[in-house]
Amino acid sequence: MTKNVMIVGVGGQGSLLASKLLGRLLLNEGYDVKVSEVHGMSQRGGSVVTYVRYGEKVYSPIIDKGEADFIVSFEQLEAARYLEYLRPDGRVVTNIQKIDPMPVITGAMPYPENLIGKMEAKGFAVDALDCLALAEQAGSAKAVNIVLMGRLSKYFDIASEKWERAIEECVPQKFLDLNKKAFALGKTA
Amino acid sequence: MAELMLGNKAFARGLYEAGCSVVSSYPGTPSTEVTEEAARYDEIYCEWAPNEKVAMEVAFGASLAGKRSFCGMKHVGLNVAADPLFTCSYTGVNAGLVICVADDAGMHSSQNEQDSRHYAVAAKLPMLEPSDSEEACQFTKKAFELSEEFDTPVIIKMCTRVAHSQSIVNTGERITPPVKPYEKNIAKYVMMPANAIRRHPFVEERMAKLAAYAEDCGFNRVEMGDKSLGIITSSTSYQYAKEVFGEKACILKLGMVNPLPEKLILDFASKVDKLVILEELDPIIENHCKTLGLTVTGKDVFSVMGEFSQSLVAEKLGVARPQAKALDEPLPNRPPVMCAGCPHRGLFYTLAKLKCTVLGDIGCYTLGAVAPLSAMDMTLCMGASVSAVHGFNKALGGEGGKRSVAVIGDSTFMHSGMTGLANIAYNQSNSTVIILDNSITGMTGHQQNPTTGYNIKGDPAGKINLEALCLAMGISRVVVVDPYDLAECERVIKEELAVEEPSVIISRRPCALLKYVKHEKPIAAAQDKCVGCKACMRLGCPAISIREGKAVIDATLCVGCGVCAQLCKFGALV
Repeated sequence: MTKNVMIVGVGGQGSLLASKLLGRLLLNEGYDVKVSEVHGMSQRGGSVVTYVRYGEKVYSPIIDKGEADFIVSFEQLEAARYLEYLRPDGRVVTNIQKIDPMPVITGAMPYPENLIGKMEAKGFAVDALDCLALAEQAGSAKAVNIVLMGRLSKYFDIASEKWERAIEECVPQKFLDLNKKAFALGKTA
Repeated sequence: MAELMLGNKAFARGLYEAGCSVVSSYPGTPSTEVTEEAARYDEIYCEWAPNEKVAMEVAFGASLAGKRSFCGMKHVGLNVAADPLFTCSYTGVNAGLVICVADDAGMHSSQNEQDSRHYAVAAKLPMLEPSDSEEACQFTKKAFELSEEFDTPVIIKMCTRVAHSQSIVNTGERITPPVKPYEKNIAKYVMMPANAIRRHPFVEERMAKLAAYAEDCGFNRVEMGDKSLGIITSSTSYQYAKEVFGEKACILKLGMVNPLPEKLILDFASKVDKLVILEELDPIIENHCKTLGLTVTGKDVFSVMGEFSQSLVAEKLGVARPQAKALDEPLPNRPPVMCAGCPHRGLFYTLAKLKCTVLGDIGCYTLGAVAPLSAMDMTLCMGASVSAVHGFNKALGGEGGKRSVAVIGDSTFMHSGMTGLANIAYNQSNSTVIILDNSITGMTGHQQNPTTGYNIKGDPAGKINLEALCLAMGISRVVVVDPYDLAECERVIKEELAVEEPSVIISRRPCALLKYVKHEKPIAAAQDKCVGCKACMRLGCPAISIREGKAVIDATLCVGCGVCAQLCKFGALV
């Protein structure tokens, strides 16, 4: 059975490293893996989506509505935006950070209130945490992506050492300690 | 060794393993990484050419010289390179010549969603279409063999989902291709009418041989399953079909989409109860099947617009899909925006303020069309701004030139803006062309170009001086402004619009995302001074928002460009 992880956020938040890490981990585990992303125009502060799929044999590179086992989100509104991609028994793992999109900046629409509460009220399983604070605690605001991966690892039956090995394979040596710390903080927070 | 690779990276790996020696391309999403990744191999000479036509001609020259060569581009780039494409079909090749064209169904990053398969049919060239990264690598290697065996350029068609998806690739070693010394052959390579007339029959014979080859080649395969449904498909559509049906349908997977294997198709059709053609964009396989007398389901059910997905395939073919739910309220969308500190913003703000008619072009700055700036009137294709402003002004006479400007980036100007400027200089319109020189090809992810002074590997290279170039073309008024300086921008634009001769304004400041660009201290909004007039909001800067009636600056996004501070009459932004 193919498993599906959607990573969503705002262009520039670092989702490419998160999907690279996850892809490497799952490849090391012996799965067939597909990771799909869209480059170019959508990177400029727009909504960005990365699909990670793994299993015995993966065909489609994309995840469709009602298929995601996890939505991993860098931002609250983006988590809400892709909810219809989640399976009924799926889970949202999200950073609580809010980033105003242009319609909010220009005053055309308000930023929706209490999104996490509304998601839970609708019956979605949501694990929300302040990844930015944890990343800063680890040493860099840029480590939000690895904090999120640490959190996601709680729901995977894959040993921590294997995640750490994948981090070692994806991150330059000089940022290794920082990222391992960010991973641990995400997992235990 | 098995590796997880982007389709484009796998393509580049195929170039490396095939012994490709020369690569020349112009960046374009979703094709760019093929060439960027190829440039990581020291064994391959790689370059960014000024445009796709030049790139294809460079690759052709290298093939003529006897080296396996390649050029890559997006679908609309092939329009630019169509001229050499059609005639190098006649000349054929010496060493193998492979062309990548990457389509963008769904228009993630494009101005249209044309189907490049039409080019293969029209130019009478073989076209391969991989469906994942492994095939991207293997097809590329085989494409060189095919090119040399049949004396033809070979097109490999990628699409966004194959180009930008990672899947597992089994890599191999680089081979040393057969030596193909250059030999003078006027009848084959000099395409003047007398020779071209003799080459055309060769092209037709070659297509007939390729059609026979397609019947029994490794690119096409039949996967038998439940015979109640047969699907003929290719590329990513094959993956959706397998996702939905698995073994519950028979599939004819085409890896070679031109020429099509007629006997194979007829044989496949005879074994299944119902035949479905699954292809994104235009009904090319479908129409071919219909000429073979087959009854098929295709575009009567599936759209010629946009991308497919497993849900779409399932829904159209009557297979149940999982239920999904969402929140009940509408959510604000998040379109792409110019980055905080983008040098284009100040210029577009000024153009909006002066109510200019802005003939636009292709690049990050096309986002100048988006609210609140809304400072663009037209975007067509690479270079069209410069040619169109001339036509606009010629049509409207003297007054037209008082309001209208062309805006074009440095890379786009090199690509195909120069010829438009030559026309302005030659046919003398009172046109104002603004070159947005941010010292990089921005939208495709920071590629070097002839004005940046660096090559694809980041090493020092020739550097074209834009001011000297415009002067040499006969434009005597060439002015450079800093787009962060709003007052100066306004003064210069007004002045150049007023004069009765062609002029070029170079709006020069490097992209704020370039690593060497030093950022200033973020602007802070003094809450006691802000009166909530929202003048700063007219910039559409993602770092500025209004909270409880007052401006707030996101210090993590702000790069301290200071453009907003110039708009604040109350000294609240410092």
